[in-house]
Amino acid sequence: MAALAQGAHQGHDHHEESFVSKYIFSHDHKMISKQFLLTAIFMGIVAMMLSIFFRLQLAWPGESSDFLTTFLGERWAPEGILNQDMYLGIVTIHGTIMVFFVLTGGLSGTFANLLIPLQLGARDMASGMLNMLSYWLFAVSSIIMLVSLFVETGPAMAGWTIYPPLSALPQAVSGSGLGMTLWLVSMTLFIASSLIGGLNYIVTVINLRTKGMTMTRMPLTIWAILVTAILGVLSFPVLLSAALLLLMDRTMGTSFYLSDIIVGGEMLDNVGGSPILYQHLFWFLGHPEVYIVLLPALGLSSEIISTNARKPIFGYRAMIGSILAIGFLSFIVWGHHMFVTGMNPFLGSVFVFTTLLIAIPSAVKVFNYITTLWRGSIVYTPAMLFAIGLVSTFITGGVTGIILADSALDISVHDTYFVVAHFHVVMGLSAIFGMFAGVYHWFPKMYGKMMNNRLGYAHFWITIICGYGVFLPMHFVGLGGAPRRYYDYSVYELFNQSSFDMMLDLNVIISIFAIVGGLGQGLFFFNFFYSVFRGQKSPQNPWNSNTLEWTTPVEHIHGNWPGDLPTVHRWPYDYSKPGMEEDFVPQIVPLKEGEEEH
Amino acid sequence: MGSKLIILLVIILAVLAIAQLVRVNELTAKHAKRKEEDIPHRDNIFNANMMLAFMIFLYVGFIWLIVKYGYMEMGPPATVHGEGIDWLMNLNLVIITVVFFLTNTLLFMFAWKYVKRPGVKAFYYPHNNKLEMIWTVIPAAVLAVIIILGLRTWNDITTKASPESENIEIFSYQFGWTARYSGQNNQLGKFDYKLTTAENQYGLMTKENIEAALEGMRVGSPGQEGIQLLEEKLNDPKLVMARSERDELREELDRKERMARLLEAMSITYNDSLDQLVNDDVIVGDSLVLLKGQQYNFSFRSKDVIHSAYFPHFRAQMNTVPGMTTYFKLQPIYTSQEMKTLMKDDNFEYILMCNKICGGSHYKMKMAVRVLGPEEYLAWQKTKTTYDGSPWLNFSESERAEKEAELLERYRSIAASVAKK
Repeated sequence: MAALAQGAHQGHDHHEESFVSKYIFSHDHKMISKQFLLTAIFMGIVAMMLSIFFRLQLAWPGESSDFLTTFLGERWAPEGILNQDMYLGIVTIHGTIMVFFVLTGGLSGTFANLLIPLQLGARDMASGMLNMLSYWLFAVSSIIMLVSLFVETGPAMAGWTIYPPLSALPQAVSGSGLGMTLWLVSMTLFIASSLIGGLNYIVTVINLRTKGMTMTRMPLTIWAILVTAILGVLSFPVLLSAALLLLMDRTMGTSFYLSDIIVGGEMLDNVGGSPILYQHLFWFLGHPEVYIVLLPALGLSSEIISTNARKPIFGYRAMIGSILAIGFLSFIVWGHHMFVTGMNPFLGSVFVFTTLLIAIPSAVKVFNYITTLWRGSIVYTPAMLFAIGLVSTFITGGVTGIILADSALDISVHDTYFVVAHFHVVMGLSAIFGMFAGVYHWFPKMYGKMMNNRLGYAHFWITIICGYGVFLPMHFVGLGGAPRRYYDYSVYELFNQSSFDMMLDLNVIISIFAIVGGLGQGLFFFNFFYSVFRGQKSPQNPWNSNTLEWTTPVEHIHGNWPGDLPTVHRWPYDYSKPGMEEDFVPQIVPLKEGEEEH
Repeated sequence: MGSKLIILLVIILAVLAIAQLVRVNELTAKHAKRKEEDIPHRDNIFNANMMLAFMIFLYVGFIWLIVKYGYMEMGPPATVHGEGIDWLMNLNLVIITVVFFLTNTLLFMFAWKYVKRPGVKAFYYPHNNKLEMIWTVIPAAVLAVIIILGLRTWNDITTKASPESENIEIFSYQFGWTARYSGQNNQLGKFDYKLTTAENQYGLMTKENIEAALEGMRVGSPGQEGIQLLEEKLNDPKLVMARSERDELREELDRKERMARLLEAMSITYNDSLDQLVNDDVIVGDSLVLLKGQQYNFSFRSKDVIHSAYFPHFRAQMNTVPGMTTYFKLQPIYTSQEMKTLMKDDNFEYILMCNKICGGSHYKMKMAVRVLGPEEYLAWQKTKTTYDGSPWLNFSESERAEKEAELLERYRSIAASVAKK
């Protein structure tokens, strides 16, 4: 700390900006974006390690590995065997970190901050102060979530959806004590961060577009981020209220979610509440959340696919339309998570209908991506590989959604590994691929350096092979009847040998792919940090791209553009336009005489 | 410790090796004046070919999984509605598998074919409304079929149970299950969680149980201080207590007084004739025994947290929610014995498992389910007694043989109604 403080002091002497105001409490959107990314990478490493811990238990139940005791201690992994309560704890924290901290905070935080001002031609976000606050709330909530792993009674153990009464009653599971309180406090701060960030994004997109940047000349990245931010602003407050009511049930003796309960021999006097109310509130956020995770990834990949196929994105307006349609529909489908809660069957039917409608705009997006590749001239940057990987996994994860959206079929596969496989293909592969694609593509913009392509290739091929290797067999485990969140599947041995054999075989395969894939991410981390310090210096527009961010200088400056802000004359997808000398025409180039816009 | 050191060494060596490789790569790039942003033709072609190779790997893996582990591991559906679900599931699986292969093939083939080649410019093709209309309408049409078939099946499953159905309550708690059969009158006795005592684990509602619960609140029960004792303690000037301890006791007293008031109200409004609804109920804790072909209307109840009653082989699942009753109806079509033959597994048993995270031992929360033929079911019924201690099949000596024969006849016709040709 002393060294840091001194460094800060010295910095103050020599530059206009002190170390603290430049690197820590920065108001600059580019720095905040990097802060979000680094925090998300760190959280991602933690969550990935947790997943390796429970994959060990699932593939080799009851077998000792002293590796676990090293990390979790004698209390939670005595003699190298994961404790059954802690198993639920790390499953819960893995899910929470991945969904909220990596894919919501990390993905939106990084790319919304980086790209909104740069691609729209703004000097910075509408409010630099709020932007900084958004990051620091995120950082503090990350720290609290990590701290919850170390409390004596363990972290939250009720699954990332923390359904009450389990999450409300410390008597029911030890993680519902201090661990759950910390979870709720952390999430409250996280939601505040998302809201502040989201409002800022919306205001910036609406008000700070440069001259000529009409809504229909915005890159699809910005469209996706805008709709994402709107979803977040409309749905996160509902999660906040759900969390606050739960906090009140836990501490003030209210009965929002509790009724008629006897737990640990104690008869509670809470009467009249409904645990199902929580689920409605939770999923009212929870489903839009899936698209909060996915839409930015789709936006990034639209930009990357178009740039590297050297072709305009096919059906630009249809792409915008489908983003809007997905955004709207995502608000009226939450009940499909609750088909077997005893909800009114007619209500179930309505949710089946609305949910399956989402498949239409999703299909449009997929076909538009594929058509964009058709007769393209594809340049394989690592970003392009990940973007194509995203399309493949989006298809694979999307089609299994059709099964889960069908209430009658959901009865059979609800809460089985089929569900786990489905949402991991969509979020754990598609959205993560989008994030990787974004990092590889915009790394030169962030750090002024190039990442190593060949390491990027190795990283992609290991990741997609292992990713499918993990999640494709998982569908079969689920169809074979394996409930999720089970500590040990040997219970099946007693009554159904063939199901048991299958689960045992496939769990080993899955875990091996997971471990190899996890280690493979080391290539990315190495490449990232190596390139930050020693990478080749980046040119101004390394990918020959049309969008405005590549017209700024490589070295970051305050206000992004020296001199006047650029003026926009065309949409961002004029790649390989006939009659043009180059195969790209940046947005700042005026239309030639007689040239049609598109 | 030794193994950890080795692992650490391996990791350090791996990092060093990668660093060296990158360095070599950089030097050669510098030598050849190659820059990272200019992707060499060789790299493009390599990745394009990898796209094709990966597609083949993905398909071979997928087909291997289907052939080896196709989802019949769980066995044929063992209920009437389960057959409907499986039919629909198979149809949907076929549709999505076709879509999976079709779109992934297009994607990877294009990714392979349209790699950058010297002298070839990409085709400027920003949009085509007709094409876009086609791939909006076709998915919409397919989805319409899926929705209609899906909702038809869903309606069949969720409509009200027929009056011939037998009512059984499944009671869940951390970490186990209990079944309560509705007995002769096919009506389940009333319950209230406040009536739960050591003797009345399920909170069943009878005059006697209400009085016992009230007594428990007032006087106390083993391990539980009653209102009287709590009041005495709080009013005892000689008893030295920490302030927090006193507050806790006061809170406990408040809670018990509220409970007692509610129980008193229940006692006053209680109609004694409801006793007999409980008295003929049959409680079975070790396994759920069902008759082949009988229609059942299950109601579900939870003591503590949310559980989920998951019968994988019946294709049935319903959450059990504290404070709320949920329902699911089903009609088994194979006895356990028949299923053993169908599955070619002598150890096969039906099972009821918990499928909603409910605490550390969630994965152990299960109950065996047995589906019996008419003779065995009757024999099992004869061993069971009701809540008030009388035999389930309470026939007088003189008419027993006749009544049992009648019952057997009825069970046989029920079993025959679902027999496969």
